[in-house]
Amino acid sequence: MDLLWWTYPFVQRAIIGGVLIGLLTAWVGTFVVLRRMAFMGAGIGHAAFGGVAVGLLLGWDPVLTATGFCVVVAWAITVVVRRGALTSDTAIGIFFAATMAFGVLLLGMLQTTTDLFGYLFGSVLAIGTADLRLLLVAVVAVGAVLVALHKEFVALAFDAEYARVTGLPEPLLDYLFAALVAITVVLAIKMVGLILASALLVIPGATALHLSRDFRTLLGIAIGVGVASMVLGLGASLVWNTPPGATIVLVATGFFVLSWVFRRV
Amino acid sequence: MMGDADLMIPPDVPAIRLENVTVGYGKQVVLEDVSLTIPQGAFWAILGPNAAGKTTLLRTMLGLLVPQKGKVEIFGRPPKQLGSWRRWIGYVPQHHQAALVRFPLRAYDVVMMGRYPHIGLVRRPGPEDHEHVRRALKRVDMAHAAQKPWFSLSGGERQRILMARALAAQPRLLLLDEPTAGVDVAATQSLYELLRELHQEGMTVVVVSHDVGVIAQYVNGVACLNRRLVAHGRPEEVLTQETLETMYGCEAVFLHHGGVPHMVVRRHHKP
Repeated sequence: MDLLWWTYPFVQRAIIGGVLIGLLTAWVGTFVVLRRMAFMGAGIGHAAFGGVAVGLLLGWDPVLTATGFCVVVAWAITVVVRRGALTSDTAIGIFFAATMAFGVLLLGMLQTTTDLFGYLFGSVLAIGTADLRLLLVAVVAVGAVLVALHKEFVALAFDAEYARVTGLPEPLLDYLFAALVAITVVLAIKMVGLILASALLVIPGATALHLSRDFRTLLGIAIGVGVASMVLGLGASLVWNTPPGATIVLVATGFFVLSWVFRRV
Repeated sequence: MMGDADLMIPPDVPAIRLENVTVGYGKQVVLEDVSLTIPQGAFWAILGPNAAGKTTLLRTMLGLLVPQKGKVEIFGRPPKQLGSWRRWIGYVPQHHQAALVRFPLRAYDVVMMGRYPHIGLVRRPGPEDHEHVRRALKRVDMAHAAQKPWFSLSGGERQRILMARALAAQPRLLLLDEPTAGVDVAATQSLYELLRELHQEGMTVVVVSHDVGVIAQYVNGVACLNRRLVAHGRPEEVLTQETLETMYGCEAVFLHHGGVPHMVVRRHHKP
């Protein structure tokens, strides 16, 4: 590819999509890191495989089907953990393996040559205008919830038990947040694939935690790292012809390592 | 917003009432058949050795644990129906879950969380809320540390910030779980002095502690716990040699200094 790679419409769409997804995953992901729910992100990413399979089998939109499917799985995990039946790592471990196995089984029945590779590793350069519209709606919707309930989500992350004792609707917030994580991870699949989606959720927040002790600054740094990883990763993958999803995740990891070396907190 | 009538707690209902409460995890019973009434305005200590079920009792009182048998009431209502009255509960937990994480908040922000139930969803803190936070910080003698990061505070300082968080809510009922664990003698003394002041201002205070010696001089009611309720009532009536032996086995020694009842829990050291 020549040096004017950013002038191609499909590259521009990929960059816009990357910025939106980078913003969303870093924002939600900061809370995920603080709530120590990183494994939840990874679990939901894999569960999305089951959702995609259901969508393909029924002829529904795979991304929307996977979104619904993952929200249900995230809620199921939350119910099991809240009832104290299983610890969260065990619950997530069981649910994500089961839903992924379910997906493999369904796709075996389906016997199509659908581009599974795209769902596993992302298909960033195939982002269309419709995808961008959906993304924009999701960013606005999830962003609105995060802005409106910012202080409640901080309280939930800091001390859920205290929130519950003093009368904040803690169970409701917990389920709502699980849904936000599920939606965010599914949207990130288009970018980096379901195997690497959780990285986008975890790395920016973890990076920012090295650099700031003020919540708002931290959130700003996380979003900056998320968006920058997307744009730089995409650019690098186009210039050097490397797989975009993996490149993006490795750029984000680079930021994390740098933040660790130059950590201030 | 809710009407004033909904915010008023009738003065004649007990702050906490437990009736034949049995709590367990699966088949393991932690608390058995506990009946206890703590009136509003009381200053109570829940005493007992380690693993007596003190924290379980506190969590049951807060509605965090649902008993297998029996009835729990806070301000005359079952915990699930407390609704907006929950904002009048202050709670100082023992082992803080966020203590291990480098949580990006300043002490001030943590105390402000005590105001959240009053501020309401979506809304932002107003001048009145900031005033309550400043007053609470002053009260626990941490005004100087308001802008310090939460994770840079020592264990004792964190405890005081969590105390300020509870006070910022202007609670009618304040429950503390082992507030003096790992805190030095001077800090323990000043905490109990503060609790006494709050009690004198009309707050209901319930402290869980294994430290029988100091607290008995401050409270006007004790509940001695060892899986079952061994005894409860006024400290001078309850804290007898007999009760303490039932509660602690042979480790307890009851001393009288003049007219003031006082006791220590002696560990048996074999030479």
